[in-house]
Amino acid sequence: MYAYDKYDQAMVDARVEEFRDQAQRRLDGKLSEDQFKPLRLMNGLYLQLHAYMLRVAVPYGTLNSRQMHALADIADKYDRGYGHFTTRQNIQYNWIKLEDAGDILADLAAVEMHAIQTSGNCIRNISSDHFAGAAQDELVDPRPYAELLRQWSSFHPEFMYLPRKFKIAVIASDTDRAAMRLHDIGIQIVKNDAGELGASFYVGGGMGRTPMIAPNIREFVPLDQLITYSEACLRVYNRYGRRDNKYKARIKILVHELGAEEYTRQVEEEFAHLLGQGIEPPIAELGRIKTFFTDPEFADGAKTVDRSDPDFALWVDRNTHRHKHDSYVSAVISLKPVGGIPGDATAEQMHLMAQLARDYSFDELRVMHTQNIVLPHVRIEDLHALWTALDEAGLGTPNLDRIGDIIACPGLDYCSLANARSIPLAQKISQRFTANGKEDTLGELKLKISGCINACGHHHAGHIGILGVDKKGVENYQLLLGGSEAEDTSLAKITGPGFSEDGIVDAVETAADVYLSQREDGERFLDTYRRIGMAPFKEALYG
Amino acid sequence: MVDILRFRDDEAVDHAAVTVDSFVEQTNANAVRIEPSDDARDLIPHLAQIHLVEVNFPVFGDGRGYSAARILREAGYTGEIRAVGDVLVDQIGNMKRCGFDAFEPDAPLDPADVKAALNRWPEVYQESADSRTPIWNLRHE
Amino acid sequence: MIILTGNDLKTGAVVWWDGSDWVLHIENAIDVGGNAEAVMAREESARRVNVPYAVEATLTDGVARPNHIKDRIRALGPTVRPDLTLKPADPEIGNWVI
Ligand code: SF4
Repeated sequence: MYAYDKYDQAMVDARVEEFRDQAQRRLDGKLSEDQFKPLRLMNGLYLQLHAYMLRVAVPYGTLNSRQMHALADIADKYDRGYGHFTTRQNIQYNWIKLEDAGDILADLAAVEMHAIQTSGNCIRNISSDHFAGAAQDELVDPRPYAELLRQWSSFHPEFMYLPRKFKIAVIASDTDRAAMRLHDIGIQIVKNDAGELGASFYVGGGMGRTPMIAPNIREFVPLDQLITYSEACLRVYNRYGRRDNKYKARIKILVHELGAEEYTRQVEEEFAHLLGQGIEPPIAELGRIKTFFTDPEFADGAKTVDRSDPDFALWVDRNTHRHKHDSYVSAVISLKPVGGIPGDATAEQMHLMAQLARDYSFDELRVMHTQNIVLPHVRIEDLHALWTALDEAGLGTPNLDRIGDIIACPGLDYCSLANARSIPLAQKISQRFTANGKEDTLGELKLKISGCINACGHHHAGHIGILGVDKKGVENYQLLLGGSEAEDTSLAKITGPGFSEDGIVDAVETAADVYLSQREDGERFLDTYRRIGMAPFKEALYG
Repeated sequence: MVDILRFRDDEAVDHAAVTVDSFVEQTNANAVRIEPSDDARDLIPHLAQIHLVEVNFPVFGDGRGYSAARILREAGYTGEIRAVGDVLVDQIGNMKRCGFDAFEPDAPLDPADVKAALNRWPEVYQESADSRTPIWNLRHE
Repeated sequence: MIILTGNDLKTGAVVWWDGSDWVLHIENAIDVGGNAEAVMAREESARRVNVPYAVEATLTDGVARPNHIKDRIRALGPTVRPDLTLKPADPEIGNWVI
């Protein structure tokens, strides 16, 4: 994986000093809260419902065991012994003191990590496929491109005060595991007819108040123009994105209002101009970065497991993913224990996952946008030992992509923007579907919960989505059906009037039952919904 | 009278800047003021006669002025580009990278903070309107 | 009644105005009546509190109970982690919040 050189290190070190200085000026009263807020946000520091919250970047979701150990140490030393993995492959801590923030950033910098641009109206952490470099179906490893974009976007002088936040995802397979088309820019690395690699640009997707699926604006950008083209996309947005209304400021609104064609025309014009400005990095830089992402030394070994332990066999079936080397798999560590808090991990669990990565996965871990952790390269013959260790630590729940594998944002338990709590719903739903035994029969069913319209819990993209709303001071929940953030991207639709906290759990079960009674051979929930439409679900829910 | 921070040796233009609209009509002006919604490219045909472009920041969070400055520098403009308005010390480093070479903030800046801000970054990642060499070029020299 | 809340600038902790200081426990919050704006402006400019705001509350069993659930969760802590709330040992406290 990528390792800092003296330049990268000097930049994060300088950032630590800059933030220490800014925090001190805030404490001294030289900066007002209004002035300080965007500065602290660009270092991932929020003021949340209970305290400061710090969001640490995990670039393209990749980290090594030393970094995971450091994240655990931060949870113990500065927080309350746990952290929360987010839908943008980051981790956040809920109980941070402003006085400690500089020290935490220094601890992060010591392991080549940072919190740079994890919030604010700037280009955020670049996300990617959590199986990158391991998946059997990928064209190339997308992470070198993500790393190049990370460097380009870090401290970009022109784009620190965009109309709104800006999220970029990079993938390199036709299977989309990163919700690519629901990003401000989604990039798919592709091959053209001449066999050359390039970048296909999708611009103007997003969730939030007005969810949109990004249109493709250019099918092929040559790799030696990747940064220049990105810069053109951003400049047009910086100049013409709406600034009069926060809710209309994302690039999706600009692309929508101009029309994809006109936006593309403006980008192409800016691009033609910028090509003459010499802003593209030398192509050798991409080559340098790629050397950090070469395959580890895979060795041939067993290709199947001993299935005599049914619990183990179930976990293997559910939580492992096909690897490009047939003696390996990618193993998913579920952070969704039944009745637990989705995405939370204790310091001890983080230390354990780090150790297991070292023992069984070439020292590498990934954060999934579904708030789980991946060990990308596990030898099939090591799977039983790995599973045993995970199971003992409560990390062996076999529920990947099942109804219990719920994405839930922090909601009103932690988030100051929330309308309603998300986590208690996730807890009740996972308990309900384990108790009634339906999780098994339901098969793949992606349930996603957001505590407000900002959609951090990706509810628009859930096969079943839940959105918390405030109904005269009482929590209320809308039910949505039919979303997908995979390559068949679709936006979920609201079923009708909302439900109470217990009512929504019943409603999810009702919707699941409609599927179970109507499904045809091999259909997932989403397939059945797409075939039969909303009506039968509405009928069952509201009769 | 607010302090003007200037990083140029030439004599400052001593008369008021005009709006982009009146500039285009009033052919003898040599100082013009850009508001966030103005298109800096409207000035490109006239750059030879301009000595000062003021870029107004009514609020520091409106980042359009950064693009305006870079566009002018990319077009070859070498006169003064002055950031005026809600210009704060934590933003001037990036402004300088985008081609600003003078600052006229509403509230005076602490000189020590200015110095710290402008010396903050040992290197830069990207090409911009200043003369600094990006890290990715340093790596492959 | 109107009570005031905000966060401690240094620690970020949720605090309530007790008439002379900003304190952790909502039990000590006082009704500021029509003085909310004046107190907040004075205290914020002295950096004794960060981003204060006024909360409507109802006196219930002698304690101010904010009318909105968000402020009740603020007053106590996350409902999903009773161990991290201000009253980890009180099994009934959930009823006060919800
Ligand atoms: S969706 Fe809303 S409630 Fe949930 S984390 Fe995002 S902003 Fe907070």
